[in-house]
Amino acid sequence: MNDVIAEAYEVQKHFGQLEVLKGINLTVNRGEVTCILGPSGSGKSTFLRCINQLETLTGGYIKVNGRPIGVKIKNGSLHKQNETEIATSREHIGMVFQSFNLFPHMTVLENICEAPLRVRKESRKAVTARANELLARVGLSEKANVYPVALSGGQQQRVAIARALAMEPQLMLFDEPTSALDPELVGEVLDVMRDLAKAGMTMIVVTHEIGFAREVGDNLVFMDGGYVVEQGHPREVLSNPQHERTQQFLSKVL
Amino acid sequence: MTSVSKTPESTGQPVDAKHHELLMTRPRESHRMMWLTAAVVLGAVALVAYSLITNPRYEWDVVFSWFLSERLFSGLVNTLILTVISMVVGIVAGVLLALARLAPNYVVASVAAFMIWFFRGVPVFVQLLFWGFIAAIYPRIEMGIPFGPEFFSIDANTLITPFLAAILGLGLNEGAYMSEIVRAGLLSVHKGQTEAAKALGMKRGLILWRVVLPQAMKIIIPPTGNQTISMLKTTSLVSVLAFPELLYSAQMVYSSNFKTIPLLIAASLWYLAVTSILSLGQFYIERHFNRGSGNRAPQKLSARFNPLKRSQPIVQKVQP
Repeated sequence: MNDVIAEAYEVQKHFGQLEVLKGINLTVNRGEVTCILGPSGSGKSTFLRCINQLETLTGGYIKVNGRPIGVKIKNGSLHKQNETEIATSREHIGMVFQSFNLFPHMTVLENICEAPLRVRKESRKAVTARANELLARVGLSEKANVYPVALSGGQQQRVAIARALAMEPQLMLFDEPTSALDPELVGEVLDVMRDLAKAGMTMIVVTHEIGFAREVGDNLVFMDGGYVVEQGHPREVLSNPQHERTQQFLSKVL
Repeated sequence: MTSVSKTPESTGQPVDAKHHELLMTRPRESHRMMWLTAAVVLGAVALVAYSLITNPRYEWDVVFSWFLSERLFSGLVNTLILTVISMVVGIVAGVLLALARLAPNYVVASVAAFMIWFFRGVPVFVQLLFWGFIAAIYPRIEMGIPFGPEFFSIDANTLITPFLAAILGLGLNEGAYMSEIVRAGLLSVHKGQTEAAKALGMKRGLILWRVVLPQAMKIIIPPTGNQTISMLKTTSLVSVLAFPELLYSAQMVYSSNFKTIPLLIAASLWYLAVTSILSLGQFYIERHFNRGSGNRAPQKLSARFNPLKRSQPIVQKVQP
């Protein structure tokens, strides 16, 4: 029996007239790496952003740890969660962005310590110790006191991963983490993610790195036009795609 | 002499191997035009200086005897108090108005936009007069529940002193300008910053205070410095409310001793002195908020000043 951490039921999202997600059904098991592949505009980033409520669903629901996100049931009717409840549920979900989004006015160490200090109100001593461990883990111990502007893209993204891990999340979301990087810097970020997967972290990765999906992924999801077109074990989907749309896409990128 | 066909784009003269050594040196720079211009400008400056020194109507001895007088000094203190309090009121009002304008609630945003339109649109001098004459509109100011019991009532002229009228007039006008400056600063912060903070579980207030505002400061500080300097001088309008700030103090002196020009000069020297100090302060504040950004303000103040010839341009062009 699999231990389910996140489940999506008929998730829809439209921006005005534009329907981006038309009914996504997906189950993510604890400790697994799910890679989401698909052409631009297929809705894969939007779906990822829905999971930690950077976008509000317009249909369906998502459960994380068995609890629906963003909503609560009161007196038999459905209500929106308030800001505190939403913020609290985000604490357990780490997110890494395509454009890193480090805080430029804080040093690397301050970036990592900010949320544990101010959101979880932990002691500075404990947080600093953990931050230094995380920096060592992503291979950037010597950069603790520099500002992000002095780092390469790959280094910034590794700091961003450390920053997300500092909140000790149960689930990590990666939104095209290597798409903004120079080709020679992609490897160092993927290495960190690979180590993270080996350590048992549950990860949902929107990516174009098919090699990474094949090697590290436990589950590969192919999205197109707002639907999940096909999913399965990466090696099977990549070597023997069943759906015509998947075949077309893979023939172009492989 | 050989004739060389000149292509249109080439203006240089043909050279051969014997020029090699010469070409490896650097061309001589001529400073002749620069010296000439400097001489002309210095000549003009000398004329003005000559007139300043020799024209007896400046009465420099009177200027300096009043410059450090107690009456002007207490006027200066009042001017500084007005400037500081009005700027604090202006900045607080500006942040609130900017947040209101960016609020998702349409009614709140519209009312904020209307207030900004009003307080920016009416000249600050007129606004000061309105606050000064507030008793003509509301003779008594009452506090209580509308259409219900009244808790207290006070004569408007007692409550709104010239000082309070000045603070209200200057502060609210300033708030309207500051709100646009703050709004520009808030909008300059990339959306990804807010998203990253949200994803870490931070709430709106914390995001604003720790992530957005510190980055917006880089945009907000330089115009705020200008506004403060401008406010220092705008406080002189308060003389119309008979509040003894620097200008009004000078006016009171010259209305009795008729040394009009020397006293105006003495007041001006004080305005210049404080403006200079404020500019210096602005430099250090800008440097503080520029940390972590690629284009730093010069690390040393002296780097900005270099007589006759600048060794480096003040504004460095960004190389593409």
